[in-house]
Amino acid sequence: MAVLVADELDARLGDVDVPLAPARPELVFNQLTGASNSVRSLYDPVRAAAAAARARLVTAAARRWSLPAGSLRTQDSAVLAPDGRSASYASLAVEAAAVLVPAVPGTPKPPAQQRLVGQGTGRIDARDIVTGKAKYTGDLDIPGAVPTVVSRPPTINGTVRSYDATAALAMPGVLGVVRIPTGIAVLAETFDQAMKAKAAVQVTWQPGPLAALSDEDIRGKLRAAQPPFLIPPLLTRHVDAEFDFAFVSHAPMEVLTAVADVRADRAELWFGAQAPIVAQQAIAAELGLPLSAVTLHVVRGGGSFGRRLFHDAGLEAAQISRAAGRPVKLMWTRNDDVRHGRMRPASHHRIRATHALGQVLTYEHRVATVQTDFRHGLGEALTAAAFDLSVAGITLSQAFFLLTEKLPYELGVSTQLLAEVPLQMHTGSWRSVYSGLVRVADEIMVDELARTLGQDPVLFRRNRLPDATGRAVLDKLAQAGGWGRDLPAGHAQGIAFHAEHRSSVAYLVELDATDRADPRVTRAVAVADVGRAVNPRGLEAQLMGALMDGISVTLQAGLHIDKGAVREGSYADFKYARQRHSPPEFEVHLMPPSGSPGGAGELGVPAAAAAVANAYARATGTSPRSFPINF
Amino acid sequence: MDGQPALPSYQFVLNGQSVTVDAPADMPLLWVLRDKLGVTGPKYGCGVGVCRACTSHLDGAEIQPCMVAVQDCAGRQVTTIEGLADGDRLHPVQQAWLDNDVAQCGFCQPGQIMTAVALLRRTPNPTDADIDRIENVCRCGTYFRIREAIKQAAAGRN
Repeated sequence: MAVLVADELDARLGDVDVPLAPARPELVFNQLTGASNSVRSLYDPVRAAAAAARARLVTAAARRWSLPAGSLRTQDSAVLAPDGRSASYASLAVEAAAVLVPAVPGTPKPPAQQRLVGQGTGRIDARDIVTGKAKYTGDLDIPGAVPTVVSRPPTINGTVRSYDATAALAMPGVLGVVRIPTGIAVLAETFDQAMKAKAAVQVTWQPGPLAALSDEDIRGKLRAAQPPFLIPPLLTRHVDAEFDFAFVSHAPMEVLTAVADVRADRAELWFGAQAPIVAQQAIAAELGLPLSAVTLHVVRGGGSFGRRLFHDAGLEAAQISRAAGRPVKLMWTRNDDVRHGRMRPASHHRIRATHALGQVLTYEHRVATVQTDFRHGLGEALTAAAFDLSVAGITLSQAFFLLTEKLPYELGVSTQLLAEVPLQMHTGSWRSVYSGLVRVADEIMVDELARTLGQDPVLFRRNRLPDATGRAVLDKLAQAGGWGRDLPAGHAQGIAFHAEHRSSVAYLVELDATDRADPRVTRAVAVADVGRAVNPRGLEAQLMGALMDGISVTLQAGLHIDKGAVREGSYADFKYARQRHSPPEFEVHLMPPSGSPGGAGELGVPAAAAAVANAYARATGTSPRSFPINF
Repeated sequence: MDGQPALPSYQFVLNGQSVTVDAPADMPLLWVLRDKLGVTGPKYGCGVGVCRACTSHLDGAEIQPCMVAVQDCAGRQVTTIEGLADGDRLHPVQQAWLDNDVAQCGFCQPGQIMTAVALLRRTPNPTDADIDRIENVCRCGTYFRIREAIKQAAAGRN
């Protein structure tokens, strides 16, 4: 966004700040950060606003100097006159605000005149980050907000039956203990004292609603919920496959943290929020306050991946502040985050493809997932279309599935159906949502179809991709990645392709699976066509992160459910990739700009995950069916 | 709180300045820094020495302040990310981080940088295998650029 503003305004990039707006319910389209829609939805409006501001600044300078506006130019956050005079934007701002009708056009530049869009630049807050100055919610110094943690049940959605805080209240630094619906909150002078006192609270828990369920039971429910195939396998050659994906934690580096100061007639909150209006509404309803009495300051988030679409911590902080009668700084522990946080729902997939004479005749994909919580609503790019579908009686999650899940290939008669199993657990969209499951299974199946039909996986895809952009991405990948080059025994290449958000991407990975228990991606190449990359360095970073997500969820990172509880509790057992799992060789190739920008924040995950799975299959001669593979 | 014994007092050097804090002997340095001294560069990510988002230096060597009691810091030199730069002049590793646009959400990066600085002190020319031994978690997956930035910083001092 800073690049778009600086480019249209002819401002120095360093002069542009992009603060986070508080929740503003008057804004349309939900003020939602997600669904890879920020650049897509704001590319035109932000440029238009900046171009209009530039026209007013030029007009103000023209009036000040009594010169024709058309003779002035702009550069480095200033208006310049032909005679060498210059006026900074800051000095012109007040006069520019009074301009009603600009004397020069306020339309955005054509792409050929853009100076910064497409050039590639570092983050504007990078210096604050590397010097430790960047402030996350837990770093804020809100007067009186005391460190607070919550004692939580051993099982998911367990509840408090009774508790005794006598011992905890006698411990040093403890300022209070209050009960909220999700557990027992402990307030103290420091987080260390709060956590120690939390361990001293004696709680008798009522088991949660899933206390009888473990992974096998959930998988059984998913299998039972599968809609049937339409095509029976009669007389036709066919390939059937079933895939299972485990629950996955969002596990952002910054645990959920929220500051709340609730008074009798108003409330003020600070936390990272992807859907601040929804959060503000829910908190106002919980507190019985009018929306206008609740202020929600949106704070920089330390990672999210969909997690901060939900305001769990903000709601709890409001409940605790009200009950304790003082401001609180609530922090979830990492254990809380993994055991009581949101999860990508587990899923089961059945795919059947029929074929004859080297051609695929039908392709059916049946998906059953634990129900995904979409109560935060959808982003701008999807809201209108989803609204139409919801009017037709389709649930929001079904609408999201229908709108996002598209098979890019021509594989005969193709159908995709979603069945959802509602369980009382905390689910939520995880970077790439359904595509991270559905399209991964598709891309593995496509490799297996190519193998069955004796065709090369790149050519098999290429011959069935109707979209020329996608074909060009695959061609570039095969060439830049050295598809088919010789590798040592136990190593193999894998590729996969994905198109979504008006963008296309393909990954090639090389995997060393000589130790099947500890495979290593040694090299990765990504090729993407996003229409127009506003900041190619940022885009490359997104594709790098998506690769690490793909490596993690395909090979090693997931959550087990044992009798209604999450087994894992930290990064020690939720095995998100470390440096030793990242490829020492990695390159990204971006196709030349064309048109306007597509989305890219989630784009890479499905293709990266599937490329790793396909490389593993080729390196080991196996057909992996359950992910993560080493779990 | 009334009736409780007075807390012991500890003195150490924090980012070049002598500080004295009253704290229980076993309080982890992380919470002394964050909750008592307002030094928030070291981040909480797990509290059990696994994620290493709090990584700082004790007498120049890498530590996880969530695992070091304040009593063990008495009389010693503690350096956090805030103390790495020389005034406005960034440490070469911080500069390499900017040059490679490493950070995404940024939360783990103070710890990553402090780990990299300690690595380069021990091993001025780290191999890929040396870099692979870094345990710090980056949930945004910036590992490749971390690797590039470390190599750049190593090359710059040769």
